[in-house]
Amino acid sequence: MESIRPSSSSGPSPEGSLETADLAQLLKLSGRGDESAFARLYDAMAARVFGLALRVVRDPAQAEEVAQESFLEIWRSSGRFDPDRGSAVSWLLTIVHRRAVDRVRSAEASSRRDTTYHDRNQPVAHDATAEAAQASLEARRVRGALASLTDAQRQAIELAYFGGYTHTEVASMLELPVGTAKTRIRDGLIRLRDNMGVGQS
Amino acid sequence: MSEIHALSGAYAVDALDDIERAQFERHLAECAECRAEVASLRSTAALLAETTATTPPEALRERVLSDITTVRPLPPAVGKGAAPRRRFRLAPLAAAAAVIAAVAAGGIVIADPFGEDTSQIQPTAVDQVLQAKDAERYTNTIDGSEATLVRSPSLNKAVLVTKNMAPPPDGKVYELWLDHKRVGMVPAGLMAEGGEQEILLEGDAATALGAGITVEPAGGSEEPTLPPVTLFAFEQA
Repeated sequence: MESIRPSSSSGPSPEGSLETADLAQLLKLSGRGDESAFARLYDAMAARVFGLALRVVRDPAQAEEVAQESFLEIWRSSGRFDPDRGSAVSWLLTIVHRRAVDRVRSAEASSRRDTTYHDRNQPVAHDATAEAAQASLEARRVRGALASLTDAQRQAIELAYFGGYTHTEVASMLELPVGTAKTRIRDGLIRLRDNMGVGQS
Repeated sequence: MSEIHALSGAYAVDALDDIERAQFERHLAECAECRAEVASLRSTAALLAETTATTPPEALRERVLSDITTVRPLPPAVGKGAAPRRRFRLAPLAAAAAVIAAVAAGGIVIADPFGEDTSQIQPTAVDQVLQAKDAERYTNTIDGSEATLVRSPSLNKAVLVTKNMAPPPDGKVYELWLDHKRVGMVPAGLMAEGGEQEILLEGDAATALGAGITVEPAGGSEEPTLPPVTLFAFEQA
């Protein structure tokens, strides 16, 4: 039926060009209403989607909701994925991450009246061991690259990406001058990008 | 490197507040360099999710695959986003207004995480106020910075436009207020970081006697805790 279009090769991809091309193709088919293509997309991405949602919102029931909403959004907007503007994995996880962050921020906003400024600004203890993360080669590579960052960069990135905090909140939590955290996040991501060999386009 | 450009990393990991995000997306529409950087940093951030992969409950798969049978995929953005970007330039404040509208409505709908050409952009409340026939303008200068309050009684809305506003002290924010007869100062929103802002005030601007800005602890206050930085007295009809 659909023939897989040869991907215009743009150099080696650290995410595995096969997976990237496949996911992009599955998204394209999903955009045409192909439910079985979407099921394959789900199977390829479910652990990463759920794991990211879980890491950010922490509560498993809420993480399931975030993952479910995200997949529905991915289905709905799959036809709008533009491979020229980034990889399929990145596009998918951007949707998931933003939903997870919106979830924790709106929960925070609704409880804001009941908590003091001080309560809200206590750093959250980090749990580095309890994740049921798949011991994939890729995960090991990412951990290795994370270890190459300065502590300050890694903390800022983890609080922002996994904690769902704004850079202003991150600055306050790490007792940095406002405006410093965003620089650390950017510098750290750039270093990570260059260490991981992520393409620039 | 411009100040706004430095937000690319925080934007890539969703670490901007709603107002900053809207401002940065406006910048993205004009800056190819930032678009490329954001794309690469998002790909990098996505790799972090490799370290947290967790198999979800089997029931989730059934729910998701059942959900999608009831939802029609959106058509592609025809013209590769050219039309939405043009619309974006014509209405530079649209994103900020859309964010405020979405927040007011209790949530943010995401259709396109890669971009400024989201289909969710609403008619712009900020623009409506700034262009209203009955717009009244009140400008105050504070130590070299400029704050202009624009009010449209017919729209019952007001917008604060700041230029070169000094950052608030560490751990503090600027909070906006509308002054109402017999009630006093009512919270009208918080200003995001950054000297150049356009902010739609929450509340009934038409009946307010004036507006003010104070410095408050992060997160804002229910009542002003310090004397105002500046006050705007509205003309009364």
